[in-house]
Amino acid sequence: MSDAAAVPAPPTARAADPRPRRVTERVRSERRLAWMLCGPAVFVMLAVTVYPIVYAIWLSLHRSDLRFPAASKFIGLANYGHVLSSSLWWADVGHTLIIAVFSVSIELVLGMGLALVMHRAIFGRGVVRAVALIPYGIVTVVAAFAWRYAWAADSGFVPKLLGLNYDPLTREFSSYVVIILTEVWKTTPFMALLLLAGLALVPDELHEAAKVDGATAWQRFVRITLPLIRPAILVALLFRTLDAVRVFDTVFIETAGQNKTETVSILGYNQLLNRLNLGLGSAVSVLVFAMVALLAFLFIKVLGTSLAQQRGEK
Amino acid sequence: MQEGKLVGWKVGLAVLVLAGLGGGLLAGCGGSSASSGGRATLTWYVFPEHSGAFTQAAADCTRASGGRYTIAIQTLPSDADSQRQQLVRRLAAKDSSIDIIGMDVTWTAEFAEAGWILPWTGTAAQQVTTGTLAVPIQTATYKGRLYGAPANSNTQLLWYRKDLVPKPPQTWAEMISMATALARQGKPHYIEIQGKQYEGLTVWFNTLVNSAGGTILSGPTTVSLGAPAQVAAGVMKQLASSPGADPSLSNQQEDQNRLGFENGTAAFELNYPFVYPSAQMNAPKIFAQMGYTLYPAIIAGKPARVTIGGLNLAVSAYSAHSADAFAAAACLRNAAHQKVAAIKGGLPPTLSALYDDPGLAKPYPFHQLIKEQLATASVRPQTPLYSDVSLGIQKSLSPPGAINPRAVLGNLESELKLALSSGGLI
Repeated sequence: MSDAAAVPAPPTARAADPRPRRVTERVRSERRLAWMLCGPAVFVMLAVTVYPIVYAIWLSLHRSDLRFPAASKFIGLANYGHVLSSSLWWADVGHTLIIAVFSVSIELVLGMGLALVMHRAIFGRGVVRAVALIPYGIVTVVAAFAWRYAWAADSGFVPKLLGLNYDPLTREFSSYVVIILTEVWKTTPFMALLLLAGLALVPDELHEAAKVDGATAWQRFVRITLPLIRPAILVALLFRTLDAVRVFDTVFIETAGQNKTETVSILGYNQLLNRLNLGLGSAVSVLVFAMVALLAFLFIKVLGTSLAQQRGEK
Repeated sequence: MQEGKLVGWKVGLAVLVLAGLGGGLLAGCGGSSASSGGRATLTWYVFPEHSGAFTQAAADCTRASGGRYTIAIQTLPSDADSQRQQLVRRLAAKDSSIDIIGMDVTWTAEFAEAGWILPWTGTAAQQVTTGTLAVPIQTATYKGRLYGAPANSNTQLLWYRKDLVPKPPQTWAEMISMATALARQGKPHYIEIQGKQYEGLTVWFNTLVNSAGGTILSGPTTVSLGAPAQVAAGVMKQLASSPGADPSLSNQQEDQNRLGFENGTAAFELNYPFVYPSAQMNAPKIFAQMGYTLYPAIIAGKPARVTIGGLNLAVSAYSAHSADAFAAAACLRNAAHQKVAAIKGGLPPTLSALYDDPGLAKPYPFHQLIKEQLATASVRPQTPLYSDVSLGIQKSLSPPGAINPRAVLGNLESELKLALSSGGLI
């Protein structure tokens, strides 16, 4: 890093240099080096992201089934027609949104609380932050298994503790409760971390001034903290919503999509990996991608206007 | 000058790192079966067999080949769905590292139709069908050609508690009323069966439909179902809404059933023979009271037609040593190795004569029941679209307690039609 900073010669020296060609050569070689250094990364990015996305779109326009290679042919948008006219797709979109909306809203509230605790912790700050992050560090599949074993009637302690006479993972409502709780437990720390970054930007002087003016803690939180960390909240919501819409592992382990908990990702998995119907499965994947892109667009719209508003107010 | 050197250094380093990465990737993708000094290495992809019976068979057959080939085992995941996913991805990519495939009985049509496996012909076919039970051969046959050598079979028996059930039930109706009576007396009364939305649910339904005198499909692409399917779905619903149902029924697979029985909450269990040695080891008290009998019928006096399971050995179409692979596969499933697999690993043989072998009687006291059931066993739909069909069945019948007797047949029919047309989401 320090080498790179040392390379450009002072501009005055450059202007006085009687041989400007040498400098441009040098700049050119630096540019070449820069390209060579980024090149591999750009190439890898193209290979692992752009290529699969383009290939999935291409596959979704074909009748393509691993088992019937001879029957592959271009069928235009027929796969999209099959997906969008299927009641299963819309039901699964509904299931996915239930999980996403409930888990993200609960996470936001809990994450805010956790972030405030982490922000205000006077001693043992490092320990508090590390402990709060443990659930996020656990592999999702492992966490999902732990929750499943805890809640299933034949292996878990929770049904006995709550005095339930049925298995929570065999009914629709309670399955959603378990799935959403698992998601909340798992990703609240992530939400808290993003919000903590926002809290660090709120100047203490504002709080002190408000305190002098007699504002209560709640008023200070609502009138000062919240407006100032609004961009951080929106970023946190954006990241978590996009993640939640693609939820797969928690649901796959806990209910495998039964009891009407199937999400769009599980639907895509069934078409792709179970039925080997690459065309239909890719159409599902592309639609999930479109859904995520739309959500991201909406969030950025809101985020953009809020930033502009803030600048305008200042 | 020094800067130039430094830059050169960095470029060199980056190139090295990249080369290392690329090399690692290439090495990871390669690994086709190699022949060293005229001796072929045959790779056998098969489920993890923990007793060591398969490892022993591979070593024996390597020795018996007299230096012609070495058989190496490549272990697949433990559940059939993941095994299939791994195999089909490799086969669709024409992976030449696979020589012999340990194929579940339900994959034959799919693998054969896609051209991933070679048919058994001539003397090799004769060798692996002579003395073999008929239904296992049927599972390895597609469009009149043999695509696998039946290596072992499997079937579910009815396991029950002798202390609770003095005379085992012969029909589903009897079993459910016995469980209801036990529940009324406050005794252990659950009937353990696989009710989760997965392959086990299809196995249960297939058994019931066939026991009621019907079939799921009547050809590779024609739905049959009808009245027997109505009866079958009715029995599933009846069990699920009776006191005999385990509260976790709609979330249970074979292993949860085994645990339920070993914990002493169940009076009945419908499961594969692996539960017998397991109970002996984990729950000696329950084991002392563990009885076994034929799977209950739907129609009194008409034996149940229980869904057959098991393993067939196929040779990959992309193997570089297919002739050796056929010979090796035939050796791996010969009488001696099937006997070891039965005694050590608890896998029921496909060779008829082994059921009269006195060596089998002690670890396998129920071997005559298994032979009897295999003779009338039913096969799951033989279609290249089997996984679609099975998914459709599972979705229409899960959870068993929510089956609507009026709508179930229509749901099943429309799901199966979607599956067989391979269009539309399931």
